Amino acid sequence: MTPLRGPAWFALKQDVEDFLYMEADLLDQRMFREWLDLLAEDLVYFMPIRRNVKFGQHAERENTRQGEGISWFDEDKWTLSKRVEQILTGVHYAEEPLSRVTHMVSNVRLLEVAPSAEAPTQVVVGCRFLVYQNRVEYETNTFVGRRIDTLRRHGDSWLIVRREMILEQNVLMAKNLSILF
Amino acid sequence: MTTTLPIDQMIDTNRGTISREIFVAPEFHAQELEKLFTRAWLFVGHESQIPNPGDFFVSRMGEESVILCRDTNGAVHVFLNSCRHRGMKVCRYESGNTSLFVCPYHSWSYTTDGKLQGVPLYRVLYEGQLDRAEWSLIETPKLHLYKGTVWASWDPEAPDLMTYLGDAVDHLDQVLDCRDGRPGGSEVIGIHKWILPANWKFAAENFLGDTYHNPSHRSVDMIGIGPSARAGQPGRRDNEYNRGQHVWVSHPQGHGMHSVWMPQDFDYQPSYMQYPIVDEYFRHCFNERKRRLGDKARLMPFTGNLFPNTSYHGRQPRALCVWHPHGPTETEAWRFFLVDADAPAEVKDVLRHFYMRYSGPAGMTEQDDMENWLYATKASTGTIARRYPFNYQQSMGAHKHNDPLPGDVSVQITEQSARNYYQVYARYLKGEGWDQLLGREPAVRQAAE
Repeated sequence: MTPLRGPAWFALKQDVEDFLYMEADLLDQRMFREWLDLLAEDLVYFMPIRRNVKFGQHAERENTRQGEGISWFDEDKWTLSKRVEQILTGVHYAEEPLSRVTHMVSNVRLLEVAPSAEAPTQVVVGCRFLVYQNRVEYETNTFVGRRIDTLRRHGDSWLIVRREMILEQNVLMAKNLSILF
Repeated sequence: MTTTLPIDQMIDTNRGTISREIFVAPEFHAQELEKLFTRAWLFVGHESQIPNPGDFFVSRMGEESVILCRDTNGAVHVFLNSCRHRGMKVCRYESGNTSLFVCPYHSWSYTTDGKLQGVPLYRVLYEGQLDRAEWSLIETPKLHLYKGTVWASWDPEAPDLMTYLGDAVDHLDQVLDCRDGRPGGSEVIGIHKWILPANWKFAAENFLGDTYHNPSHRSVDMIGIGPSARAGQPGRRDNEYNRGQHVWVSHPQGHGMHSVWMPQDFDYQPSYMQYPIVDEYFRHCFNERKRRLGDKARLMPFTGNLFPNTSYHGRQPRALCVWHPHGPTETEAWRFFLVDADAPAEVKDVLRHFYMRYSGPAGMTEQDDMENWLYATKASTGTIARRYPFNYQQSMGAHKHNDPLPGDVSVQITEQSARNYYQVYARYLKGEGWDQLLGREPAVRQAAE
C-alpha cells in the first residue's frame, strides 16, 4: 500500500525518524539493555551474505535468504539478548575494551503504513546505515548498507519487529561483527 | 630451490621455541607460498556445492583463485582461475552453472573440462601457431574426492590423499560421516568468508589442539549459548563428552586434533534440550552409530587441523574451515558449515542457528579468537618483539605413541601437536622430499637402528 502524503503521513515519518535516531543513540551510548527493550518478542534480525552472481540472477541468488542456510545474522530476540549479556560480562574480549561506535541513519522512507497514517499500527521503513567502529587504537571498520525495518506501534513509541540489514560487502572486510546494527 | 632462512634456529621444537618471524616476516610468507602451498593437499570445496554437470564454485588454494568445476560429463576438476592469454580471471562469480568460461578480456573461452575452445579471429591471427590443446586452463595435477570433500595439490609427485592424511582420517571421518555412522552424506549449507588481520597459522594452530585457550571463551561459557542454552544450560556446547577421555593426537604428516575416546559403555547424553524432536533425532543417530561402528564409535571429534590450513569443528558446531594466507599478516578465512544432507528440516534449522551464533565473525565464541589472533600478530611485528620467540614447552614428552589411538597421543592438554606441526612446516620450507614430509624418515631410521 502506498501511503498518501498528507500532514498525517509527514508527522508519522517524523515520528519514525525520531525513533530510529533515538534507537541508534542508545547503541552509541552503550545503553544496550535499554536498546533491547525496543525489540519485539517476535523480532527477526537478519543480515544476508551477499554473493557475486551473474547478471540476471540477482533477485534469485545474490543474497542468502532468511530462514534457510547460513547468513551473517538470522536470529531472534533471545540471541540478541545473549549478545548484550555477553558484552556486559566484561570478559567478551572482542568488545573489551568496548568499541567506539557511531550509527548514521539516513535516506529514511516510509515504505508501508498499516492501516493508515492517521492511526498506524505497523510501518515498514527503509533507510541507509553507515556504522563506524573504532576499537582499541587503530582498528577501524565502516559498515555501509540498506536497512528495512518493520515497526509495530507500542504505546506512544514503537517496537522493532523485523530488521533486515543488507551490508554492501561480499567477503566481510571486518574481522568481527561484534557490534549491534 | 634452497632457502637462506635459518629455519632450524627459528623452529626449535626440541627446546620448544619458535621465532615470531614465521608469523610476521614477508620472507616466511613468500617461502610458504613457494614451497608449502604448491605441494600440500588443500581442501577446495564439497561435492554438494557442484551436484550437476556444469556447476562450478570458485575457491582458493593459498593466495590463488581456483575454479572447482564438474564438467559436462560429470568429472570434477580444479583449475587455476586465470586465462592462459593475459591472465584475467575467467570467472568472477562465486558459483553457478555454465557450459563455458569466457575470459572478459580478449574472449578466449574454455569448456568445463578446461580445454581452450574459442579464440577470436583464430584463422586470421593464430592459424599454424597456436595449438589449442597446449593452452587449456591450468589444472591441478592431483585431485581427490573423499566423502564429499574435494582436495587438490599442485605437486605431481604428491602422495595420494589417503597416504597424506594417514591415521588422521579416522578423526576426519567423524566430521564427514553421517551422525548415525553411515559413511559420508554431509552437505554444505552455507559459507562464511572474511578477512582476518592475523597470520593464518594462528588460526590453524588454534584448531590443531590448543584447548589451553579455553579461558578466552569465558564470556560465552558464563552466559550459555549452546544447543541447550534456552533450556538454561550454561556453556557453549552440550556436555556430550563428560565421561570421555580427552585426547590430543598428532600425526607425522603434520595433522593434529583434540578428540575424545569414550568409555566402552558410553551412553547418549541429552542435548538440544528444548527441542524434543532434535534431541530424539540425535539419540537415534547416536545409538545407530554405536550399532554400526562398534568399538570405533568410541572416537568422537572435537577440533582438528589437517596440515597445513584445513581445520574442523566436529560436532557442535560442525564445519570445515580454511585459513587462506592473504599477505604475511592477513588471512582470508572461509568456513563451510555441514549437516547431514538427509537430516530432517527441523534438525537442520536448529543446527544452522547454533552454528551462526557460535562461529565466524558474527559468532559469539569465535569473535574472541579473532581478537586474540589479531593482536598476537600485531604485537609480534616489532623489532624488539621479533627477538623473542614464542614458548611451546607445554607438556613436553608427556605423550605416548599409538596408545590408545594411532599417533602421538596425550591425555593432557599439550603443545605436542603444535611442535609436530612446525617440524613438518620446517621440512616444507627446506624443500625436503615426500618421505620426510610424510614423517617417514624417522621410522626408517628407527628400523635401521
